Amino acid sequence: MIDLKILDTALSASEALAKMNHPACGGIDIFIGMVRAQTEKQEVVRLEYEAYYGMAIKEMEKIAQEVKAKWPVEDILIHHRVGILSVGEIAVIIAVNAPHRKAAFEACQYAIDTLKQTVPIWKKEVFVNGEEWVSAHA
Amino acid sequence: MTINILAFGIAKEILGNNENSFEVQEGINVKMLRSFLIERFPKMKSLASFLIAVDGEYAAEDVVINPEHEVAVIPPVSGG
Repeated sequence: MIDLKILDTALSASEALAKMNHPACGGIDIFIGMVRAQTEKQEVVRLEYEAYYGMAIKEMEKIAQEVKAKWPVEDILIHHRVGILSVGEIAVIIAVNAPHRKAAFEACQYAIDTLKQTVPIWKKEVFVNGEEWVSAHA
Repeated sequence: MTINILAFGIAKEILGNNENSFEVQEGINVKMLRSFLIERFPKMKSLASFLIAVDGEYAAEDVVINPEHEVAVIPPVSGG
């Protein structure tokens, strides 16, 4: 299974986990990215995410295919939220399963690291006094 | 020729809209378009980097753009 979604509604880790039920797999690795209350700079009021939908799904598909080529992963799920998110809400869920844990850990880390580098999704941090597009400036 | 350029994140704020229309020379490639945007919008220079996507794929500098392409400005991504 490859399950890729960009949603403007709340993400559910339990729903994601329920889909990872391949009988050949003894390990599931799930990464859940949440909105932090603080950056190194200041207190975060909210995050605003936007995506270039069509291209973002294509780039997620590339990650899924790479993961399946590199590791014995059966299922991969990537769900990313867009819109306005408050502190404590889930921004991203990545889940992979594999026969054994080592592949699951490695594949999950590869997927989130690559997503952060290649998938066209952007977040703006909104502070009490101002706002900033993350990573925009050197 | 007229081309439409999608812009996202900080690039949307710099260019003004999610969809922007520009008059550019025939045969313009990705490298030339990047220069065009920097000249027209000097704030683009303040970005850590920016890429151009053509039809939903990151495009190399020598890709030639025509009005049928879906062209997008991709500032540094920050998903996750």
